[in-house]
Amino acid sequence: MPKLAMIATQGTLDWAYPPFILATAAAAMGWDVGIFFTFYGLPLLKKDLKLPVTPVGNPAMPMKMPFGSEGFQNINWPIPNAITSNIPGFENFAGSMMKKGFKNKGVASVEELRDMAVEMDVKLIACQMTMDVFGFKREEFIEGTEYAGAAAYLEFAVDSDVNLFI
Amino acid sequence: MADVKQTLDTSGLLCPMPIVKTAKTIKGMEVGDLLEMISTDAGSMPDMKAWANQTKHELVEAQDEGGKFRFVIKKTH
Repeated sequence: MPKLAMIATQGTLDWAYPPFILATAAAAMGWDVGIFFTFYGLPLLKKDLKLPVTPVGNPAMPMKMPFGSEGFQNINWPIPNAITSNIPGFENFAGSMMKKGFKNKGVASVEELRDMAVEMDVKLIACQMTMDVFGFKREEFIEGTEYAGAAAYLEFAVDSDVNLFI
Repeated sequence: MADVKQTLDTSGLLCPMPIVKTAKTIKGMEVGDLLEMISTDAGSMPDMKAWANQTKHELVEAQDEGGKFRFVIKKTH
């Protein structure tokens, strides 16, 4: 059966989706799937997910409201970076807005996709080195997480058919 | 279709949920059974074809009914 190996390096809501969408889609096709979570991707394995998102550095991000009339929801708010980068907690606010918008459109939450990935035997590997550097504890992470390093990932990926760095 | 064993309605759900739910449902069926799947995901036509190719289940029917898609899948293994 085909094999998909991914490295997830980002922990914001927008970047959390691709690895879990691809992992569940591949597992649904019967593929063998493994994701190595490293650096800022590591918090995606925490039991309690509070994923922020920021338009700073993402100038193409549509700034839309997930409520109100259709016309109101279609407005792309021209909020300058000078504002979004200076309001404390803006990235959490933007994260909750995006989460709501995704939910309204019928997209599964990251938590749901992750639960399905676990159910479909997707291998979730946490980078032990990043755990130590960032001071994360294994108790904070979901059940079934494996802890390993670069060599273990490479051994999983060496005979994979699709290999992505996200 | 008269001999459809089960119907899965994924209306309102977006990628990857239609194929994930299809995979899950077909797992619980018998070889030879027909599953009818309804989707409103505009990407579901190419996705269901790819899913069937990859899983080797047979896509017996794939219809675009204008914003609504209807598939019939035969469980082959």
